[in-house]
Amino acid sequence: MRRSMLFLPGNNPNMLINGNCFGADAVIFDLEDAVSPQEKDAARILVRNTMRYMDFNGCEMIVRINSIDTDYWKKDLDSLLPEKPAIILLPKTCTPEDVLLADEYMTQVEGKCGIEKGTVGLMPLIETALGVENSYRIASCSNRVKALFLGAEDLTADLQCKRTKEGREIEYARTRLVVAARAAGVDVYDTPFTDVNDDAGIVEDAKTAKELGFTGKASISPRHVETINAVFSPTQAEIDYAYEVMGAITLAKQMGKGAISLHGKMIDAPIVARAERTISMAEALGLDRRDINE
Amino acid sequence: MNKLVNSIREAIVLSGLKDGMTVSFHHHLRNGDYVLNMVMEEISNLGIKDLTVNASSLFDVHTPLITHIENNVVTGVGADYISANLGRAFSKGILARPIEFRTHGGRPSDIASGKTPIDVAFIAAPTADAMGNCSGKYGKSACGSLGYAYADAMFAKKTVVITDNLVPYPMQDWSISEDYIDYVVSVDAIGDPKGIVSGTTRITRDPVGLVMASHAAKVIEASGLLKDGFSFQTGAGGASLAAAKFLKDIMLQKGIVGSFGLGGITGYMVDMLKAGCFRNLMDVQCFDLTAVESIKSDPRHKEISAMQYASPNSKSAAVDSLDVVILGATEIDTDFNVNVHTDSNGYIMGGSGGHSDTAAGSKLSMIIAPMFRARLPIVTDRVTCISTPGKDIDVLVTQGGIAVNPKNKELKERLLKAKLPIIDISELKEKTEQITGKPQTLPKGDKVVAEVIGREGDVLDRIYNVL
Repeated sequence: MRRSMLFLPGNNPNMLINGNCFGADAVIFDLEDAVSPQEKDAARILVRNTMRYMDFNGCEMIVRINSIDTDYWKKDLDSLLPEKPAIILLPKTCTPEDVLLADEYMTQVEGKCGIEKGTVGLMPLIETALGVENSYRIASCSNRVKALFLGAEDLTADLQCKRTKEGREIEYARTRLVVAARAAGVDVYDTPFTDVNDDAGIVEDAKTAKELGFTGKASISPRHVETINAVFSPTQAEIDYAYEVMGAITLAKQMGKGAISLHGKMIDAPIVARAERTISMAEALGLDRRDINE
Repeated sequence: MNKLVNSIREAIVLSGLKDGMTVSFHHHLRNGDYVLNMVMEEISNLGIKDLTVNASSLFDVHTPLITHIENNVVTGVGADYISANLGRAFSKGILARPIEFRTHGGRPSDIASGKTPIDVAFIAAPTADAMGNCSGKYGKSACGSLGYAYADAMFAKKTVVITDNLVPYPMQDWSISEDYIDYVVSVDAIGDPKGIVSGTTRITRDPVGLVMASHAAKVIEASGLLKDGFSFQTGAGGASLAAAKFLKDIMLQKGIVGSFGLGGITGYMVDMLKAGCFRNLMDVQCFDLTAVESIKSDPRHKEISAMQYASPNSKSAAVDSLDVVILGATEIDTDFNVNVHTDSNGYIMGGSGGHSDTAAGSKLSMIIAPMFRARLPIVTDRVTCISTPGKDIDVLVTQGGIAVNPKNKELKERLLKAKLPIIDISELKEKTEQITGKPQTLPKGDKVVAEVIGREGDVLDRIYNVL
């Protein structure tokens, strides 16, 4: 389960050693934009040692390597893949060929390290107009692809439009990516909200992403993690309803009925599937059904 | 009767100060204070020796005190807090006798009982009249409350008010009244306003501090104490203020109206008062300009003396009605003993202030501290100095988890039920040492440079010179 993914600058020891304290479901060790060219090698070592020696308490580790049009990405994979991150975040992915190139090299490195092929997943970062247009092909070109990730800052630069808090300029890209990812059967993550001081703004932005169908949302600020987790967690009402749905379905089966209604609405397969997802997530989060006697 | 004298020197002479006596000062002007230095300079010029300085706190601005110690003008020091640069000098053992550290409650208690008698008290007063009625609320050097000065004024054999805003008798809204005052001196300036109060106290933006603050507010919420009538004290540190912000949000959301906010008061506590989170503020010291303005203008914001604040021998003290206090620590050990007197190298850099008073009096005393500062772990096997005994501490909040004192089983159960990240304090120590390594034990000297006297008068610990 990945509701929140927190970027940690790969060259900031204080953030790295505290990275597991912010409540994020996943952390993204960033070797790309947060790290200047002269610090790439130092950041690689720092991130490698952090992954090797720090206990992240079940917090998933993701590494954003440098893009495949740089001289750094292979060195990034050489250094970090042996530490078995769950996912490699591949920036500026524009085509399926970009994914396949990274996939092929990852397979080579996994082989050298004695890691089973495909252990480490890939998450293409879609942040160009071409990437958006190719998003379904990107999502479905390799079994390594576990999710798509929308990067709105670079995307709006490429689109030659202004990035706004309201986000109308990325509406198309957001819906396009959700549809592409769901069609390919993978998860999809929304771009970070970049104003770290706008507490109300992050709530609205995360709610928008959830309503559109995103699995979760990335953050560049630890302050946003709790909000993102809250927005992408099922509400008590959703949990209670999910249990009601499953109860109704069980009852229908006992009665030999093919369909049953709940609160005047027919329970059909999509509703059951959503209820199952909600209960599964609630259980993973340790959230209980409301005690009706309370 | 004429109490107004021409100079500090004249007041000292008239007070009858002699070799071997004790003089006292309050610290409401904090690092902007001119008065202690002006008085000690005149005392030195008069050739008086072997004095004890009993100050509620000493700041780096008081560094000239070192010269007076070297010249045997001062041979004894008592304080509730000593800031780092001055503390470093004391830690080298420049005083023949150990410093006597007391608490903000213990100090006025011992003054009142005569255990630490004061011969002459010097009260820096931002406004006063010629008969000595005085206040901290008004004037160019306004500091707000004069809470720590009350016991000095009331129990010293002679009391001198020193002001830079002499107003016609009777001044309006005095704090300390003329019946305790022997002499009044008017000077050009009693302090530097920039060092007296800060313009604003700011909530931390440090992500680790915010995580701790968020945990702290959730601990309070889950403790069962957060209900109508709730009372609260927190410090002026960034993480403590952030905890207050999170707490304010919870209180407003739940419509909880607390009874009082206590202690050193910041603008943030004033905001909570204005927002309806508390019915009153009980203020022994103002930390910023917002607090000063509030105590002057809002009748719900009450000035209190250190005796009412925390004295263990008052008929009652506010700390005994306190629900929750948030406190800091330079170290905390696996028995929950807390150090706020020295740094990890053993140098004096603080003091109890109201730490152990509020820890003892409150229903829930919470330490907020990061797992490590720089390379040094905060949780240790044994603190360098016991400032507040572990029996008075309920919970430690760090970014790596929340450790509950085993004595408070009910709190642990409540926090577990609230699904907060509880960790055993020994496990927290090990977890931290996995990152920092285990620091070497420091060798310490054989000279006692300070005694830490608990609020009940017992010696909690001794601080040795640093080699």
